Amino acid sequence: MTTSTKLSVQGLSKYYDGMPVLERVNLDVATGSFCTIVGASGCGKSTFLRMLLSQEHPTHGTILLDGHPLPEEPTPDRGIVFQKYSVFSHLTVAENLILAREFETAPLMGKLFGSARKKARQDIGEILERIGLAAASDRYPAQLSGGMQQRLAIAQALAKRPGILLLDEPFGALDPGIRLDMHELLLGLWKDLGMTIFMVTHDIHEAFKLGTRLLVFDKIRHDPQAPEAYGATITYDLPLNAPVSGAAKKPEDIAGAIGAAPPSAINQP
Amino acid sequence: MRIINRKPSRVTATALGLLPFVATVAAYAVASHYRRLDNPADKLLPSLQSMGEAFWRMAAVPDRRSGDLLLWLDTFDSLWRLGTGMTISTLLALLIGISIGFIPHIRSALAPYLATFSLIPPITILPILFIVFGLGEMAKIALIVIGTAPVMIRYTAQAVLDIPKEMIIKAETLGASVWQMVTRLVLPQVLPRLISCLRLSLVPAWIFLISAEAIASTSGLGYRIFLVRRYLAMDVILPYVVWITLLAFLLDRALLLLSRRAFRWHHLGGDAL
Repeated sequence: MTTSTKLSVQGLSKYYDGMPVLERVNLDVATGSFCTIVGASGCGKSTFLRMLLSQEHPTHGTILLDGHPLPEEPTPDRGIVFQKYSVFSHLTVAENLILAREFETAPLMGKLFGSARKKARQDIGEILERIGLAAASDRYPAQLSGGMQQRLAIAQALAKRPGILLLDEPFGALDPGIRLDMHELLLGLWKDLGMTIFMVTHDIHEAFKLGTRLLVFDKIRHDPQAPEAYGATITYDLPLNAPVSGAAKKPEDIAGAIGAAPPSAINQP
Repeated sequence: MRIINRKPSRVTATALGLLPFVATVAAYAVASHYRRLDNPADKLLPSLQSMGEAFWRMAAVPDRRSGDLLLWLDTFDSLWRLGTGMTISTLLALLIGISIGFIPHIRSALAPYLATFSLIPPITILPILFIVFGLGEMAKIALIVIGTAPVMIRYTAQAVLDIPKEMIIKAETLGASVWQMVTRLVLPQVLPRLISCLRLSLVPAWIFLISAEAIASTSGLGYRIFLVRRYLAMDVILPYVVWITLLAFLLDRALLLLSRRAFRWHHLGGDAL
């Protein structure tokens, strides 16, 4: 296991204005894992994801990527899909997808012209088919449905073949039917490309269905006089076998545990 | 049906839109008619016909002294000053605005200074400009730039700050350099908003232009209306005001059209006006 550790989090904590949001987070994640992250609102799971992206930095502790400290700013080795504003509104579908190539091959302008541009557009034909946007390749994001936008966002995030894909509630705004399509697309891409995925979600069933490992963020210490005194940490770390039936816990058990724990600490007037 | 749910047809909408214009002209014609009944030589509200004749004289009859067609000379000179001034302001807005909006160190250095500078009433600087640059073109263009650039720079910087953080981070994860982010993300996101800002800034720009021309100039639309004011020549002033308004309107429409053509994605949400 140690040889294939993709990401290692050691003694991590995060404070905002002296208030802890996360504390004592320790985690080792193997290459190719699909980690789903759930927890109550405001428990720091999105903060955790932003730290994996280097959008924010830990107050204490270290994050190691392939055994080296995480770069201090977002880099192409970690792709990201946000819930919204993930794609560029001023570029068409095709332009969004060739942008990474343009950044790489045209350092001065960041834009390809003529035959190089034509070649780049041909090369994205396959991924356009796969995400079902071949017919919409010249439309702007504002002309796409929410599901189409997120499919584009995932394809764009994978353009640089990142070793880690970070997803911050990517399907939170989508209809249930569309979500199922998105799950299939995401699982297919994950199997083909073998990247390590971290996905924050509100939907506990989604977390159980997609993940190989479920991380639950919650507060384990409560001070009724000062609810802000302690931060959250990982309270459950469940390996999920591919068929969900093999899991020791059911989604309902976890859903019941979040927020309800520990009941005695709830401050009653 | 309630009045809020009743929509005018296309023809009705056009007719309703024209109504206030027609009413204004009619009201003027009636008022002018009754004034001239009392005094046929009334200068205050000249007849539509005499205004038409005066406008024709300015536009098509060479001036007796200089041989110039005054309306076109004035129009050309004024638009040249306005165009040069606004071009400089726009370039400054892009250069400084994007630097302030995108690079925190430059923001820290320049934002407070700019906020202070933009509060100076530009007209108070006009005497200084006349002293420094003389009474030539430079002082007039400088007034337009000083009057419009600070607001346009601040607006542009704000437009950069309004770009969703998610997009900037996404560009970083796609391997973009700072310069590439400027050319492929910041510039295209900011340009349509800068055009809106330019349209709004043309209003004060016209004020500064006319003021500077009124005080020290030998040509221009503002120079002309303040010159003929001495002779109470309302038959020239009123058509000139209408002409200036028409020019301003056409400039505004041209910029809107440019924005719709060049930045189609920006107008997909269906904004009006």
